[in-house]
Amino acid sequence: MIEIRILIQHPMETGYRHDDVGHLIKRNVINALSCRYDGVEVFRADLSSGISANPYVQFYTVAEASGDLEFTWIDDEGERGSERQAIVVKG
Amino acid sequence: MKRRDFLGGAAGALALPRAALAQVDPLDPLVRALAGGAPVRKGKVTLVLPQLADNGNSVPIRIAVDSPMTSADHVKSIHLYSERNPVPNMANFYLGPRAGKAEINSRVRLAGSQRLTAVAKLSDGSFWYDAAPIVVTLSACLDES
Repeated sequence: MIEIRILIQHPMETGYRHDDVGHLIKRNVINALSCRYDGVEVFRADLSSGISANPYVQFYTVAEASGDLEFTWIDDEGERGSERQAIVVKG
Repeated sequence: MKRRDFLGGAAGALALPRAALAQVDPLDPLVRALAGGAPVRKGKVTLVLPQLADNGNSVPIRIAVDSPMTSADHVKSIHLYSERNPVPNMANFYLGPRAGKAEINSRVRLAGSQRLTAVAKLSDGSFWYDAAPIVVTLSACLDES
């Protein structure tokens, strides 16, 4: 069993804040995050403005065989991010 | 009045507001909608929050569910609700037997002192919850920085 910690640099803009001239700043949060292990989804999350800026999520998975962990996320503006990490299971 | 009686009475008076608070639950409709009529029982879920947060912008949270996480018996999802945030359904986490352990750690934003509720949906279709109160000195959403 392995512990996975993911920290994404993102403002998680709530949509309730104003800029310096009083205009409302549009909401932009990472709304979906998923983790695939060798192509099989092992974890997924729907996030909201209730998650802190630079969201941190920690969860667990069982490393059954060597493979790639692939993380993908998408924000309200449609911007996607991804990260890949190889896991090697020995013995 | 005996000292013992006085202390008993004082403790009872202190306990009262807490009990009254538990009866008014603004999250009830949301949790009931999630469960679709199934009973949501207290237990199995452990929601850990600090008792006091100086700043609501980033509060550590831990949600753990007592489950063997086998293909026959596992946690399907964990739902987090806030009493006072503008978005009550803060996050949903979807797990499966591949998780090995039903535990999530994260950091949340809180708009003021309130009670958070975590509801877990198990593979057998049952729902369990835990709730925890937290005092937030400086609310998120008020901070314009």
